[in-house]
Amino acid sequence: MANLELDCRGMNCPMPIVRVSRAVRNIAIGDTITVMADDPSFPPDIEAWVRMTGQTLRSITSAGTTRTAVIERCT
Amino acid sequence: MTTPPITPELEALVARLVDARVEARLQQSGAPATNRASLLVFSGDMDRLFAALTVALASAASGMEVSMYFTFWGLTALRKRKTFAGKSLGEKVVAMMLPSGPASAGTSQWHLGGIGPRFFKHLMQRRHVETLPNMIALAQEMGVRMIACEMSMDVMGIRRDELLDGLVYGGAATYVADAAGAKITLFV
Repeated sequence: MANLELDCRGMNCPMPIVRVSRAVRNIAIGDTITVMADDPSFPPDIEAWVRMTGQTLRSITSAGTTRTAVIERCT
Repeated sequence: MTTPPITPELEALVARLVDARVEARLQQSGAPATNRASLLVFSGDMDRLFAALTVALASAASGMEVSMYFTFWGLTALRKRKTFAGKSLGEKVVAMMLPSGPASAGTSQWHLGGIGPRFFKHLMQRRHVETLPNMIALAQEMGVRMIACEMSMDVMGIRRDELLDGLVYGGAATYVADAAGAKITLFV
């Protein structure tokens, strides 16, 4: 299973979600994207986004102001 | 008339008939709400346009079909230039008074003769917030349907060549058709 890294640090709402939505189209089902973002609304937004789009949020971790989410493409 | 005893067969038959009728009614009532967001953008204020574009981009990113109908002051968001040639005096006044595009839109509050917008742009730049023209270009790239109100254009003398490429032109019924099938409708 491949993993794509996406650095969205420095971006603001709604850009991390926009970037993730575009990146997810370029990976296969079952592949993952690791996204790093420091937009404060990123954790709730990525949770809402996976609910809307039917993807899976495997994990979300934080280090300093950076939140790292691992998303699996399911549909 | 006496009620016949309700046997499992009768119950199943009634259930089938009811299902068929409900199905037929649903088809008659037109298209069910699609996964669409429909925004009526009336304001040309920078801050309000930011809110509209942010929601539009987030909706498109969440897999929704997005339709934005720009009317009156909202047409500012779609302008790429202003022209004066061949316009009536009234239309020239409008062209002079209106911002030449989203980059020069004023704020709805704290405008302070133009200091407000510059102040907020400075704050946004410092936080790396996308600019309005970039957000509009991105929305078009993501397939957001942008409709320009032809009546407003006509009243204000705004020509198609003053607006962005790739727009749809229409009237209130175009907006209604989009909004009627939408799950999210917003007036900005």
